[in-house]
Amino acid sequence: MRGPLTRLQRYYLYYTGSFLLFVLALAFFERQGMPPRWIGYAFLFFTITMYAAIGIASRTSDVSEYYIAGRRVPAFFNGMATGADWMSAASFMGLAGTLYLTGFQGLAYIIGWTGGFVLVALLLAPYLRRFGQYTIPDFLGARYGGNAIRLVAVAAAILASFVYVVAQIYGVGVITSRFVSLQFEIGVFVGLAGILVCSFLGGMRAVTWTQVAQYVILIVAYVAPVAILSYNVTGVAVPQLVYGKVLQEVTQLEERLFHTPAEQEVRQLFLERADTYAQKIMQLPDSLNHEREYLSNEINRLKASDAQMRDIVVLERQRRELPQDAEQARVRWEKEMFAAVERSQPPSHHAEAFPGETPEVQYSQKINFLALIFCLTVGTAALPHVLIRFYTTPTVRQARESVFWSLLFILILYITAPAYAVFAKFEVLKHLAEIPIAKLPGWVAAWTKVGLVSIEDINRDGILQLAELSLNPDVIVLATPEIAGMPYVISGLVAAGALAAALSTADGLLLTITSALSHDVYYRIMRPNASTQFRLVISKSLLLLVAVLAATVAAEKPGTILSMVAWAFSIAGSAFFPALVLGIFWNRATRTGALAGMLVGVLLTVYYIIRVEFDGIAWLGIHNLKMDPWFHVQSTSAGVFGIVAGFVTIILVSLITKPYPGAQQFLDGIRHGHEGGER
Amino acid sequence: MSKSDRATYWRQTRNLTAGLFLVWVLVTFVLNWFARELNELAIFGFPFGFYMGAQGTLVIYLLIIWFYNRRMRSLDEAYGIEDEEQH
Repeated sequence: MRGPLTRLQRYYLYYTGSFLLFVLALAFFERQGMPPRWIGYAFLFFTITMYAAIGIASRTSDVSEYYIAGRRVPAFFNGMATGADWMSAASFMGLAGTLYLTGFQGLAYIIGWTGGFVLVALLLAPYLRRFGQYTIPDFLGARYGGNAIRLVAVAAAILASFVYVVAQIYGVGVITSRFVSLQFEIGVFVGLAGILVCSFLGGMRAVTWTQVAQYVILIVAYVAPVAILSYNVTGVAVPQLVYGKVLQEVTQLEERLFHTPAEQEVRQLFLERADTYAQKIMQLPDSLNHEREYLSNEINRLKASDAQMRDIVVLERQRRELPQDAEQARVRWEKEMFAAVERSQPPSHHAEAFPGETPEVQYSQKINFLALIFCLTVGTAALPHVLIRFYTTPTVRQARESVFWSLLFILILYITAPAYAVFAKFEVLKHLAEIPIAKLPGWVAAWTKVGLVSIEDINRDGILQLAELSLNPDVIVLATPEIAGMPYVISGLVAAGALAAALSTADGLLLTITSALSHDVYYRIMRPNASTQFRLVISKSLLLLVAVLAATVAAEKPGTILSMVAWAFSIAGSAFFPALVLGIFWNRATRTGALAGMLVGVLLTVYYIIRVEFDGIAWLGIHNLKMDPWFHVQSTSAGVFGIVAGFVTIILVSLITKPYPGAQQFLDGIRHGHEGGER
Repeated sequence: MSKSDRATYWRQTRNLTAGLFLVWVLVTFVLNWFARELNELAIFGFPFGFYMGAQGTLVIYLLIIWFYNRRMRSLDEAYGIEDEEQH
């Protein structure tokens, strides 16, 4: 990396320069009166054209280029590509918001999603690269032998990746519909096009080089708004360094605001509302009938008097919108009740670790914090679309170095996210709390319309109390430009960055799914004699098929998709991590052991998620599933049990079964590049 | 490379990996276990526990990987592990 710049570095320097020029030009045109909508279109058009140009320029009909970019990606660029591959729509839009809402507890995501790369560096990347094949199932198949383990690995890779890719495409739909006012479904298919232009023609090679380009856009877009905000507040444009001071001010504001009589009154009112709902739920179905009767009587009474028509219409609408039956009423009212309970909770300080009234609550917070870190680290080190990137470097040494670069490029975003949260909190506490609702800044109204901000003046004093405000996590990053009063071009930049984050991750995931199906299932298991041309045809057709399928699912707007992404980490972690790590470091691990461990791990994780999260599965006719969590652990950290069970199972079963005869030669190959290792 | 050389190389790699893994466990889990107590201290204006979660730990992670790469590079050289470009 020292000395004069390489040709690639020069290219990307020109690219970054022209992107910045493009942003400046738009800023100039905005001054001249260009409407915001056009700015949105310009960003969408410019970035997708760029990605398409790179995708077409790196088209290939070579199998090794298609699956692993010909193993010619230098460490530095592989690090950037991994960064973009890794940072998804959720990291870009949701992370800062989660930190805003949960304070210290949200740091579990920061620690977990970076700590995983230490595991990748120490335990996996060099060995995967020295093995030097195409996929993760390849690795497991060669280490343990046999097709059964390959199939289990393929199934787990698809299970973990597919939900993830649907969430990315869903994210593209959200971004395009918000910033360029495309219809959501159309936005989804624009996203699909954006993904296909990169991956269809050029496979991993094209995806790698677009991911590098996408990294540049996403990191500029992420850091710029908060740097400007930081400059406005503190006079220093490096938010990561100075937000400690702002955090202190936030803490002081919190001290004062949390205990004002008005805040306490509001929380009390929410508590009473929760009680009312609880009673209504207990008295179902009578309470529903009462409510309907009450509304009917009211309407009749108003009609008899000469009341305003408008009031009557309001009541009639309320009656129409009442739940149809007791079951629906229970679901809807329980949701209202929990929302009210949440708002009635006394808030905790932003920096307080493991907040809670009693030592018991604090302990459960601590356990969940550490459990979540555990699952996210291990999951990071087991997600196939990340691991596969370390096959693409020219040498083992560069594979190691590229983990360093990956973490460095990822750190830039993850160190900025907590600063984002603190600055946003400062703005809210300082400029929203205790302000008359009629005088709130314009961005609040704008985002209320989209449904990301909601305000309810429950004590009817015309003034905003903190407990009356609820924010969707996504709004923190999306609205920061407006909060700081920046021109619209910055908002467009943020949208382009979010789009880059979603597209780059979707590209990587899609390729992983496709190669698992075409390389592992079709070529390795079904037709080992297939010609390379035909393998590529199969790959490309499958890519198209999976992409369209994912977009179709995303267009349905599945509500639970975002929580399902959190589960992907636990599933991937319990499926792959124990089998990979023991396969590399323990000679004695056997095929039966690994198979049993993978199955036990995944099944236990899925079982735990279902039992803790769902009460029944309607279409299977199963009811009353709900159980109490073990050791207070939430379902997002289900992997804690699955991963440990996976390790224990592999060790126990391996000790009583015979090792695979090819294992020793394989291990010599990956440990010291001894000739005879599989190439 | 003789058989005993290979064994030594692997033993040293393993020890290095185990040592750094231990450091990783310490900063990731042991340190954060005490985050509440650490928050009593302050660093650069941050409560210490919060600072470690938001920045400190991440920098230590980067240093772990950097150190591992450096050590592995010199181990590779000492034992003449060939690592030529393979396509």
